[in-house]
Amino acid sequence: MTDQRQTHPSQLGELLARLRRIAPLWLWGAGLVAALFAGILGGLPAIAILITWAVCWAGNTWIARTTAGRWLAPVIFGLTLLILWEITVRLYAVPTVILPAPTQIAVTLAANLPTLWADFVQTVVKGALTGWLIGCGAGIATGLLVARSDVLRRGLLPVGNFVAALPIVGTAPILVMWFGFGWESKAAVVVVMVFFPMLVNTVAGLADTTAMQRDLMRTYGATPGQDLRYLKLQAALPFIFNGLKIATTLALIGAIVAEFFGSPTVGLGFRISTEVGRLNLPMVWASIVTAALAGSLSYGLIAALEKHLTFWHPSQRARG
Amino acid sequence: MTDTPALEIPKTSIRSTRLGRAVSRGIHALWPVLLVIAAVAGIWYAACIPMNAAQSALDAERAGATLSTTAAERRDMAGLSVVIAHPAAALSGAFTQDRPRLPAPHQVVAELWDTTVEKKITSKRSLVFHAGITLGPTLLGFAIGSLAGILLAVGIVYSRVMDLSVMPWAIASQTIPILAIAPMIIVVLNSVGIQGLVPKAIISAYLSFFPVTVGMVKGLRAPTPADLDLMRTWNASALRTLVSLRLPSSLPYLFASLKIAVAAALVGAIIGELPTGAVRGLGARLLAGSYYGQTIQIWSALFGAAIVAAGLVAVIALLERVTLKRMGLAR
Repeated sequence: MTDQRQTHPSQLGELLARLRRIAPLWLWGAGLVAALFAGILGGLPAIAILITWAVCWAGNTWIARTTAGRWLAPVIFGLTLLILWEITVRLYAVPTVILPAPTQIAVTLAANLPTLWADFVQTVVKGALTGWLIGCGAGIATGLLVARSDVLRRGLLPVGNFVAALPIVGTAPILVMWFGFGWESKAAVVVVMVFFPMLVNTVAGLADTTAMQRDLMRTYGATPGQDLRYLKLQAALPFIFNGLKIATTLALIGAIVAEFFGSPTVGLGFRISTEVGRLNLPMVWASIVTAALAGSLSYGLIAALEKHLTFWHPSQRARG
Repeated sequence: MTDTPALEIPKTSIRSTRLGRAVSRGIHALWPVLLVIAAVAGIWYAACIPMNAAQSALDAERAGATLSTTAAERRDMAGLSVVIAHPAAALSGAFTQDRPRLPAPHQVVAELWDTTVEKKITSKRSLVFHAGITLGPTLLGFAIGSLAGILLAVGIVYSRVMDLSVMPWAIASQTIPILAIAPMIIVVLNSVGIQGLVPKAIISAYLSFFPVTVGMVKGLRAPTPADLDLMRTWNASALRTLVSLRLPSSLPYLFASLKIAVAAALVGAIIGELPTGAVRGLGARLLAGSYYGQTIQIWSALFGAAIVAAGLVAVIALLERVTLKRMGLAR
């Protein structure tokens, strides 16, 4: 807190002021009440969990003020959650069928690396990546074509926006029926899912130039190709990257969900649905961790590429 | 415009009335959309012919026609080459099959009409009944998710620690394909004894909180430094600033993200129905259709979901218009 109110001279006041420097007073009050309630309802373990949380959060508060906080704070927050999860599962002896502990998941993950790697290749590389490349390529190409015609743009944008909001995942059973149980059907689902967000973003981005910029290109005597290369594509890049980011998460969802409707005996979606059936929850969580890692990594890659290519955009400059 | 007075538009012309102007503006915005929809329908009908060609040829053969190819030969042929080999049979049978690979638009519309208007709402064959089943968890999850999203956004805007530590994880949480975990959530909650509305609502809530959080963080930070300074000169408390400045100025952002969130919530509810054995709801119709090869049923369920999604988004758009107009924020 940055407010500079006068502190009381009394001892109690000094204590309060000191507490306040760490966190606002109402937060302390809320914490005390929460601890009391937790103690009544959940017994000693609940108090232990709350104290761990408070300690980690206080550490995070302190770290957030330093310059390293920018990257350290999220790491510590993540660790806090993991520790709390572990403690909760251990102290309350939560059955594995309901929620396995993080360590248990890690052990399962390490023990089943070959299986999970095969699943990863089947779902992420063959299904999601192929579909993502085709879908995003087709979306951008169609966007470039559509942006050339005003009628097409005014007609396709509302339709595209409508389709982009639809439960397209629902086409999965149809496409699995058409393309068989292999990875081809998963790629097809991904293509359908990512095409419209990509199209809408590309078209919106290509139109995001000001009259001043277009006039400048005209005074330079730019050809339509140069106009596209140096002005419109540049202006569209932030939008295209936005679409690509949406597409990465959609691609994984599409590839995994499509496997629920039929798949060979390999793949993350297949693994999740069969292991849930066998109540082998640590393996399910290990598959989820694999999927989450794949998702976060691809998202991070796109974000890094975006930072590199659209360094001039206000949203990028504001952060640095 | 010409200067000749004869061509001047009379005052009673339809264009000069307010309603008339709105209508003509609507037509101007609408006809490209209709054009695109017509084009899509045309492509769809054209695609039906090769997609259903093998079955059409088989049906024609069963009806007594003699064809130059056998069914076994046709199985290895692409749809288009079957059409070229037997154009008459392929054309006549493309749009009337019971279980086509790709149903024609009018078949889907007929099925939609049959299962919504013709059937009683309480009937298990009524799509309205199934849509209602899906709508419950959608709305509950949407409410929970939006509320959580708004609260999280307020926390992020007011606390630097939360901004630094929670925001990256909120983004990372979306790279986890939650829909993939849906079956697990359903099964696990089922084993704890929680059934019915709540598990599906949790999936919906998870999907809908993120757009709201991101939109609201942007919206709550929308006031300019000058606005915030003014609040400070009035010695406004943090709560007062939130209620009187930040929340009102975030409303346009809120509505934009609510529209995304409600569509996401519907997807969550539909996926949430898949692992419970597909008893009731739009997702169940999808799954049952795919089990029994009832393609028309799948497509009509898909369109039913699309109509529900469009309806929900339209309701929020209407709320947005009314609210923003009353606040003087309408464009």
